[in-house]
Amino acid sequence: MQEPFDFIEIKIPAKPEYVGIVRLSISGIANRLGFSFEEIEDLKVAVSEAITNTVQHAYRGVEEGEVTIGFGLYHDRLEVMVADRGGSFDLSEIKQDIGPYRPEESIDGLRESGFGLFLIEELMDKLEINNDYGVIVIMTKHLHKNGVEPNDGEISTTQ
Amino acid sequence: MNLSIDVSRTDDIHHVKLSGEIDVYTAPKLKETILPLTKEEGVSIKVDLEKINYMDSTGLGVFISGLKSAKENHSELILMNLHERVYRLFDITGLKEVFKIENTVRGGK
Repeated sequence: MQEPFDFIEIKIPAKPEYVGIVRLSISGIANRLGFSFEEIEDLKVAVSEAITNTVQHAYRGVEEGEVTIGFGLYHDRLEVMVADRGGSFDLSEIKQDIGPYRPEESIDGLRESGFGLFLIEELMDKLEINNDYGVIVIMTKHLHKNGVEPNDGEISTTQ
Repeated sequence: MNLSIDVSRTDDIHHVKLSGEIDVYTAPKLKETILPLTKEEGVSIKVDLEKINYMDSTGLGVFISGLKSAKENHSELILMNLHERVYRLFDITGLKEVFKIENTVRGGK
């Protein structure tokens, strides 16, 4: 396994008002790595969805916890980990509940939550969920620099 | 990183102008504003999202509950001036099929 060339960690209270702060961080980090504006917007939504799950879960519980967000900055990709050590949720239940709206479903039965994980899957290249110790969501987005690798001696025109 | 909501009324139309971000922090406030408006029979609620520069699934959740309530109470929920980025969420999730969406805006800043 290739080591990240840099790792950044942020820890926030599991409260709704701090999710926006992580979005600011991810904008900066992703911009630094050379992601496009569109990709940065995708990352903001995906990471927010993961933290939102954790925050809402923490809110339902008795005590407020912390959410740890780790950013692994690789040459060719960004890995984001969102960890909620206190909580655990039923993964099979969650997986049942995700997916796009289908026209044959009635509006009355339309769920108001559950699009979060689906959006992460759509907006990121890879999504892994580890449920062994609390909940850890790991998502990856690859850099697409028009095929120009950072180390191949060519000058990249995309920043 | 906040959401401001401006509500006004002309005849049977409630205009809800939004500005800022819709996320897990601001969505409850939006829901508290929109849901009561949908309870009145025969009205239209036009939600203007032109100045929304960020939205995620928490926003989708609010609009879904608004849509359900509008249907129950025979009112109408209309979403207007969505930026491409915001519209994309409705597209990916298939929800563009159930919402009445008027006019999307190019660009997404």
